Amino acid sequence: MLYLGPEQADNKQHSSSTDWQQYYLQQAAVVKHPLLQQFYATGMVAGSTPISQVPLVAVDFETTGLSAESNGIVSIGLVPFNLQRIFSSRARQWLLKPRFALSDDSVTVHRITHSEISHAPDLTAVLPELLPMLAGKVAVVHYRQIERNFLAASVNVRLGESILFPVIDTLELEARLHRAKPLSWWDKLRKKQQVSIRLDASRSRYKLPPYRPHHAVTDALASAELLQAQICHRFSAATPVSELWC
Amino acid sequence: MEIEQIEILEFLKRHPPFQELPAEQLQQVAIGIDIGYFKAGSEILRFNEPLHALHLIRSGAVETYRRNGDLYNRLSEGGFFGEQGLLRGGKVRFPATALEDTLIYFIPDQVFQQLFDDNEFFADYVQVGDSERRKTSKASIQARADLLGATVSTLLSREPVTIGSDASVWQAAQLMTEQNVSSLLILDPEQHLAGIITDKDIRARLVAPGLKSETPVTDIMSAKPVTIEQQQYIFEAMMLMLRHNLHHLPVVSQQQAVGVIAISDIIRFESQNSLYVVSRIFRQQTVTDLQALVPDVHACFVRMVNEDANSQMIGSAMAAIGRSFKQRLLELAEAELGPPPVPYCFLALGSMARDEQLVLTDQDNALVLDNRFDPAQHDSYFQQLAAFVSDGLAACGYTYCTGNVMATNPQWRQPLKVWQQYFQNWIAQPSAERLLHSSIFFDLDGVWGQTQWAEQLQQLVSNLARKKPLFLASMTRNALSRTPPLGFFKDFVMEQDGKQNNVLNIKRRGTAPFVDLIRVHALAIGSTESNSFSRLQQITAANVLPKGRAEDLRDAFEVIAMTRIRQQAAALRSGEEPDNNVLPEQLSEFERKHLKEAFQVLSNAQKFLKFHFKA
Repeated sequence: MLYLGPEQADNKQHSSSTDWQQYYLQQAAVVKHPLLQQFYATGMVAGSTPISQVPLVAVDFETTGLSAESNGIVSIGLVPFNLQRIFSSRARQWLLKPRFALSDDSVTVHRITHSEISHAPDLTAVLPELLPMLAGKVAVVHYRQIERNFLAASVNVRLGESILFPVIDTLELEARLHRAKPLSWWDKLRKKQQVSIRLDASRSRYKLPPYRPHHAVTDALASAELLQAQICHRFSAATPVSELWC
Repeated sequence: MEIEQIEILEFLKRHPPFQELPAEQLQQVAIGIDIGYFKAGSEILRFNEPLHALHLIRSGAVETYRRNGDLYNRLSEGGFFGEQGLLRGGKVRFPATALEDTLIYFIPDQVFQQLFDDNEFFADYVQVGDSERRKTSKASIQARADLLGATVSTLLSREPVTIGSDASVWQAAQLMTEQNVSSLLILDPEQHLAGIITDKDIRARLVAPGLKSETPVTDIMSAKPVTIEQQQYIFEAMMLMLRHNLHHLPVVSQQQAVGVIAISDIIRFESQNSLYVVSRIFRQQTVTDLQALVPDVHACFVRMVNEDANSQMIGSAMAAIGRSFKQRLLELAEAELGPPPVPYCFLALGSMARDEQLVLTDQDNALVLDNRFDPAQHDSYFQQLAAFVSDGLAACGYTYCTGNVMATNPQWRQPLKVWQQYFQNWIAQPSAERLLHSSIFFDLDGVWGQTQWAEQLQQLVSNLARKKPLFLASMTRNALSRTPPLGFFKDFVMEQDGKQNNVLNIKRRGTAPFVDLIRVHALAIGSTESNSFSRLQQITAANVLPKGRAEDLRDAFEVIAMTRIRQQAAALRSGEEPDNNVLPEQLSEFERKHLKEAFQVLSNAQKFLKFHFKA
C-alpha cells in the first residue's frame, strides 16, 4: 500500500507528499482490530504543524536480524519527547520473545541472552501498552527500515492487519546533508571516505557524548538527542513537520 | 533488575556528589532525569524565571552570570547549576548560556530537595557556597584533629606536689625525692601559686653557686611562673613552653594549681612533633648542625597535615620552629661575637610574626637597637650579628628576602627612636607606593632580646593608624592590588574576565590578599594582634563588618590556607621542592568548589574594603 521500500528511500531526498493526518482518518474507519482503531482514532498532526508543537516518541527495536520477514523483535525501547525536553523519566522498555530463534550473533550484539528472553512475553501481550504510547505521536528513529517494517510485519502476523505511521529518520536527515551528491571521481581517486551517518558518528558531529549502543532505550534516547541537535543546527522550531517526516 | 536509564546511571556514577549516593538512591535519581540539548550560544536559564530542576551538564560547557552581567561561573561535563535558585524560592538566580553545544540532564526539584534533605554529603557538596556548609566542614576537621585538640587536663595524672613558701630548699628536695617528681609548686599562705622549682633550679641556683641547703625555697624558685588553664589545648601548652623555653608548666583552674605538665608529658603524648624539633634546635652547636634538622622540620610539617591539623596550628608550629632557629642562631652569634655593646631586639616580620609560617618561606627580619646606639662604635658588631643570623637562616632553608627586608640592610638596623620615626612617617605621610614594601613591618614580633620594644612599636601603630583615613586608604589600595581568580574550568584557572590560565599561585592570589585585607581592618580598629585569625576575632568583636562576614572570612581563609598547605605537604611527600603553584588538575572537584566559594568571599570582602576605606 504505502510501503516505502529501501531503494526508494535511499535515493529520494525526502518524501513530504504523504498526508498523514488524512491517512489516519481513513485508517480509523477501515481497520477492524480495536487496538488499531484506537491507535488511528487518536489522529495525527497536520503536516504544516511546526516541529516545536509536535509530540514525538523515539523508538528503537533490537531484532534477531535485519529482515522483518525472517527475524523477530527482541526488545523495544520508547522515549517520549518534544523539541524542548526528552522525557527519559517516562522511557519504557520491553523484552520480547521473538518468533524466530535468537542467533548467537545477535546475542553478542544486544547482550540479551537466551535465558532472559525465554521468560519474556510475546509482542501480542505488550501491544495494548505499546500502541497507545505511539498513538498521536511522530516516531523518531535512526534508520527507519527496522522499526517501521518490523512493527508492520509483527502486527500483521498477530492482528491480521498492518500498522503504519509517520517517522522522522535521523539517519535520513544526516544523509540529506552528507549524501546529497555522490563522491566525485577526484574524491574517489583520493580514496576519500564518505562521511559516516551511523548513529554514534552523527552524534559526535553535534558534540553529543558516546553511548553504549544496542540497548533499546539508550539507542532511542540517542536518536531523540540527535534530532534535537539536528533541529537546533539545521532547521528551526518553526520548521513544518512535513519537511522532516516520511 | 537493570534500569532502563542505564547511560544516565553510568554517568552519575562517574561524577560527584552523585557517585557517593547509595545505589538505590542513585537509581531513583537516574530514573527521574529528563534531558535537553542546547546549541552553543543559546540561553538555558533566564533571570527570575521559575526553576524546576537542577541542571547537570552531561556534555559541553555552560557559563552562568550575575544579574549585572558579570561572569559567575564556567562549568563543564559533570558540573551543575541552578542549585541556589532551587534552594531559595525556585527562581533562577544566575542566568545560564551554553558556551559549547551542550546536553543537560534535568534533575527535578522534588528529587533534588529529597537528596538535599536525606543525604548530608550531597547537601554539603551542593551548598558549598553557604557559610553554613563551610562551618560544618571545619567542625568535622576539628573533630578529626582530636590528637591536637585534646585539652591539657588529659595530661594530668596526679595531684600537684606542693610545698609552703616558708620551706627550705632542703625540705623541698626531700619532698621531690619522696614523691619522685622533677618539679615542685610553691604555694603562698593563701594557697595561691607563688612559684615553681625544678631539679635544674636546685642544681643551677643552689648547688653551683655554693648556697646552703637551708636557703628558703623562695630564693631560688621562679616566681609568678607562666601557667595554663586546664581546659586549654595541649597545643597551646606546647606553644607556651616553646615561646618561653620552659620544661615545666603549672596547670591552674580557678586560680588553684591543679597539676604540672612537663615537656616529657607532651613528648610522650605526641612523640614526633614540633616541640621535639624545637628542643633539638636548642641543642645544636653549629650552623651545620642546625642545617641537618631541616628534614625533621619538613617531616613535622607533613605529619601535622596528615593529622588534619588546621592552618592555625600548622602556621604557629612552623613559626615557633622558625623563631627557635633565629633564637639559637642569635645565641651562637653572641657566643662567637661576645655580648652586644648595647641592648637590642631582634624582630621577625611577615608570616613568622603572624604565626602563619609554612615550609617555604623567606626570612624577613630587622634589628631594633638601643637608643644609645652609635653607628661608628657599635654597628660593626650588629652588622656581623645580622650577617651570622641571616646566613644561618639561609642555610636552614629560610631564603634571603628578595626585598632585602633583613637586619643585614642598614636601613632596617636602627635604634628604637628611628623605628618610631619610620612608623610615624609611614602613617602620617602615606602613599600606596611608599607602603607597598613596608606593609610587612606592620606584622612584627620580637623574638630575642628587648622584646618589649616590639610591643612598644605595635602600640604606636595601634594608636596612630586608626585615626588616619589616608593611611588606611593607601593600605587598602595595596591590599586590592592582588585579586583572586573566579574559579576553575576543566583544568584551567578562570579569571574574572573569563581568561584561562594553567596555574594558580595560591599565595599571590589567595592567602596574601587575604592577609592584606585582614590587616587593614585590624589597623583600623587599633588591634595589636599579628595573627590573621586573632585579628579576625577582634574585628568580629569590634562589629565593623556586616553580621556574619568576619566568620565567612575566617572560614574562607582557612580553605585557601589549607589548600596551600596540602599542596606543599604533597610536594614534600613526593620529594619535590614545595612551591605556591597549584595546578587545577591536582585539585579534586570538592576542593575546586570550596576554593571557588572562598575566592568569592575574598572578592566580595575586597569590594567592601574598597568602599569602606574610600580607596
